[in-house]
Amino acid sequence: MSKELNLTLKVWRQRNNKAKGQFVTIQANNIADDMSFLEMLDVVNEDLTRKGEDPIYFDHDCREGICGMCSLVINGRPHGPKEGTTTCQLHMRSFHDGQTIVIEPWRAAAFPVLKDLAVDRTAFDRIQQAGGYVNVNTGGVPDANTIPIPKRIADEAFESATCIGCGACVAACKNASAMLFVSAKVSQFALLPQGQTERYERAQAMVDQMDKEGFGSCTNTGACEAECPVGIKLTNIARLNREYLNAKIFRQEDVHS
Amino acid sequence: MLDSKVPAGPLAQKWSNHKFNMKLVNPANKRKFTIIVVGTGLAGASAAASLAELGYNVKTFCYQDSPRRAHSIAAQGGINAAKNYQNDGDSVFRLFYDTIKGGDYRGREGNTYRLAEVSVNIIDQCVAQGVPFAREYGGLLDNRSFGGAQVSRTFYARGQTGQQLLLGAYSALNRQIKKGKVQSYTRHEMLDIVTIDGHAKGIITRDLVTGKIESHAGHAVLLCTGGYGNVYFLSTNAMGCNVTAAWRAHKRGAFFANPCYTQIHPTCIPVTGDHQSKLTLMSESLRNDGRVWVPKTVELSKKLQKGELKAADIKEEDRDYYLERKYPSFGNLVPRDVASRNAKEVVDEGRGVGKSGVAVFLDFADAIKRLGEDTVRAKYGNLFDMYYQITDENPYKQPMRIYPAVHYTMGGVWVDYNLMTTVSGLYALGECNFSDHGANRLGASALMQGLSDGYFVIPYTVGDYLANLGSFAPVDQNHPAFEQTRKEVESNINRLLSLNGNKTVDDIHKQLGHIMWEYCGMARTAEGLIKAKGLIQELRKEFWENARVLGENEELNMSLEKAGRVADFLELGELMVDDALNRNESCGGHFRLESQTEEGEAKRDDENYAYVSAWEYKGDNQPEVLHKEELIFENVKLTQRSYK
Amino acid sequence: MSSKSKPVLTSSLGKKLIMSLTGLFLCSFLVVHLIGNLQLFKDDAGYAFNNYAYFMTHFTPIKVVSYLLYASIVIHAVYALILTRQNKAARPVGYYKSSGNENSKWNSRNMGILGTVILVFLVTHMQHFWWQYKFGTTPYVEYQTELATGNRQIIASDDLPSDYTGYKIYVNNGVEIVQSKDLYKQVAYIFQNPFIVLLYIVAMAALAFHLIHGFQSAFQTLGFNHRRYIGLVRGIGIWVFGIIIPIAFATMPLYFYFKSL
Repeated sequence: MSKELNLTLKVWRQRNNKAKGQFVTIQANNIADDMSFLEMLDVVNEDLTRKGEDPIYFDHDCREGICGMCSLVINGRPHGPKEGTTTCQLHMRSFHDGQTIVIEPWRAAAFPVLKDLAVDRTAFDRIQQAGGYVNVNTGGVPDANTIPIPKRIADEAFESATCIGCGACVAACKNASAMLFVSAKVSQFALLPQGQTERYERAQAMVDQMDKEGFGSCTNTGACEAECPVGIKLTNIARLNREYLNAKIFRQEDVHS
Repeated sequence: MLDSKVPAGPLAQKWSNHKFNMKLVNPANKRKFTIIVVGTGLAGASAAASLAELGYNVKTFCYQDSPRRAHSIAAQGGINAAKNYQNDGDSVFRLFYDTIKGGDYRGREGNTYRLAEVSVNIIDQCVAQGVPFAREYGGLLDNRSFGGAQVSRTFYARGQTGQQLLLGAYSALNRQIKKGKVQSYTRHEMLDIVTIDGHAKGIITRDLVTGKIESHAGHAVLLCTGGYGNVYFLSTNAMGCNVTAAWRAHKRGAFFANPCYTQIHPTCIPVTGDHQSKLTLMSESLRNDGRVWVPKTVELSKKLQKGELKAADIKEEDRDYYLERKYPSFGNLVPRDVASRNAKEVVDEGRGVGKSGVAVFLDFADAIKRLGEDTVRAKYGNLFDMYYQITDENPYKQPMRIYPAVHYTMGGVWVDYNLMTTVSGLYALGECNFSDHGANRLGASALMQGLSDGYFVIPYTVGDYLANLGSFAPVDQNHPAFEQTRKEVESNINRLLSLNGNKTVDDIHKQLGHIMWEYCGMARTAEGLIKAKGLIQELRKEFWENARVLGENEELNMSLEKAGRVADFLELGELMVDDALNRNESCGGHFRLESQTEEGEAKRDDENYAYVSAWEYKGDNQPEVLHKEELIFENVKLTQRSYK
Repeated sequence: MSSKSKPVLTSSLGKKLIMSLTGLFLCSFLVVHLIGNLQLFKDDAGYAFNNYAYFMTHFTPIKVVSYLLYASIVIHAVYALILTRQNKAARPVGYYKSSGNENSKWNSRNMGILGTVILVFLVTHMQHFWWQYKFGTTPYVEYQTELATGNRQIIASDDLPSDYTGYKIYVNNGVEIVQSKDLYKQVAYIFQNPFIVLLYIVAMAALAFHLIHGFQSAFQTLGFNHRRYIGLVRGIGIWVFGIIIPIAFATMPLYFYFKSL
């Protein structure tokens, strides 16, 4: 049955990208424990608005854990203490009465803060633009059942493809590395027959762009995997390493021809 | 009478003939045209990518931080296509027929047939892009069945089909961004359409980060901005989904069609309290294996509501599997409107379950017994997890509690066969338009329509319009119309920013939602609708007098964003009520209590209402004018829908 | 996807490749080093060990490998520094509250600190033995072994004789004579100091934690992570490089320290 919590929030407030930010302490009282974390923030924001104070800006959209828009480092953990969930699917029953909750934005040079808790994640888009696709035009493609794909392979590609692009991997990594994100996309295409023709160019192009964006390197701590809300596995990173090194060392000629 | 421009000739040849008859733009000239695409969901992303591939210059706009986050991503269950891979009797005509029938004969035959026809290409396209659909052990594509159909024609990627399809379209879009053919504007909201001599020639946007009001010129504008379910405040739509782009287009001359057709999805997680910000859908595919029931008696329900009994305590003979009882041939797989209405009926009788009593059970005990927990987990694992996250109840051990919630809007901007609105050069695609689903959309058809419009329809039809423009000259961004529209947008923003009352925008939005749900929800009456109209008008007045909007334009300002959207919802709400009042019949997602069969099913009035209602905006506080597009059925016989 | 790609070693993955290859090479050296050093435990007054020491420092192929080794240490450290700086730059503003232990192991996040401890250790270690052996002064030992009986006489002194011109081994009248710097005694001498012993034990602990993460991480960087063999890789990383080797090394200073008491 529903309980009520009184909480102390320590929230990062920053007016815009240029401004200096700081933590602000806000009291959140009478929070029902069946609220989602974002609904708790909604309630806080409604209070702030009534008082004429600027509401806390945070990114969110679908509120069902799939769009990848919500973020927040909650008490030092991306998407909060519960494993395998996004912040929008985190419920207040994961907290206890009287708790202090520190809420920070994703921290990474490649993810500059836009306002309060919202960051700019377009670096992810640019990485995808560098090669996260198969070069096919609309129309003129073969029948969908022309190439059978073993279920095991299709399932594995799907697992990699479920990445929601939220950036929790970057936020969790002590190096702010985007390897889990990049490897998920590279893996999806490396596994599927449709991705084969551009397999090696893709790995190189996406890694190059990742480096350009200023993400750190992977030191295999596994924090990304532990914090990923959709369970993208570290084996993807191994595969990316394989794809990239294979491309660079053994297939250089094919790539530059 | 509106002209739908559906080409003449036999149904199956209409689209092929039309494609041949349309004018083409030669490749060298395509690069002289700029096309603006607003919204980057399935329809927008697929249209933008396909048009850029053809050589057009494309500009895309979305309010999210990335095109990939459009709400198409949340579609769970699947996408229909008449592939007949299962050898179970499917065909293009059957998909067409099911869709028309499922839409309660309020859709346009020509469009719906075309949708069924190109559905097969969509699957091919997505597979070629690397969309990892579910497969059989032999490596071929798997299918599941969905509501409103007796064949298995739904392709799926576990419970994340929308995500996978959108990421496919997004990848095609990215490819064109990389090539420089598409310029992508994210965190931008479209606030108006610029028309010159009756043609759409550009849009006015607000950069949500800097507040900058920008003009963008183009030879055609495509609205791919989704539905307006958030008029109910609580819906399965994303928080940011809004009607603003469509509504501003409406105010610039685009007729708005069938706004009262609202799909209430039967399988959502019930509301828990006032703080609730949105409702979460559980895919309809769950109805393949889940059985819907409530107790047979109010007494037992009361005990369940008080927590004195658990679902498992209710004996088999005391359970009412009401869908299976009433509709033996479709059972739990009746169309959405039927399933929703029946849930409301049993709850209204007092036989609901859960603390609030506003829910019914969706029970997997039989499926788990029959298939084993592992198989059920493989099929629905992520949905079960999601349910568990939200409710803290384990659906493997106890039945889910579900209740209908607003999910999809069949109504939208009126378009002709070419997807063009009543404003030349302005198109509407996907959920944003009204076209293909009639009064009720079947499951797994929204993804199909979005991609059909974007990949396979608009690339042809927009070419025809551009070829007929007779000029390749760039649009003159210095035309006074741009400046004029821009000023209007700015003054509207200033008006909103000046609001300094004592109600938050959400307060008013929630109130609007209550009114809409109460009087224009699952069951509507003339009396209620008239009352709702008054209430909405009052609420709108209150909004402009007593709402509070904080901050300034030149910043990320969610207060301002919300206010602009709610202002439009308030106007739309009234039109929905007008439309619902006008349509004195029941059909699909529009159920008028005055018009039902003896068994309580929706009763259409084909003699008087076999038309599309298209509303024309006439100015602030002026009644909108109704235009009718007559629906002509040459290939199906109108019957009372029966899923018994 | 047709633009020219960056050269491999300038990319983050390329740098990680270097870390991985040099690291694994250093791991292989540890095995050889340990096996050789086990001769310290032989009760032969350093006969085997001193011969081994000479062989290791003067046999050309091994000398080549040893320079590779030094280069690997330097490259491993330099690239670690470069990567660490880049990684720090990737997060200019840190978290107010960080809960790293909830999602990763302490050692995996602090390879730089562990590596620095190891590097400091290496410098002292080289100074104690390599520098002393090559350029400094060491005790002197001469082994006279009767080949027929195996009886051995030992002549030792704390300083090298003034006529010492280098290691010699020859047979005279059925007696094998070995004249050598006595590195064995140098080892025994150094490890009388409890502080040095402590430093060595701390360093071996650092090595253990460094390799528990580092060994399997190197495989991950090379792209080897498959359920079929990853268990074996992790097992070797933990048991061989994380436990057996550091403990075996750590027993050496302890052995000599307790022997000296």
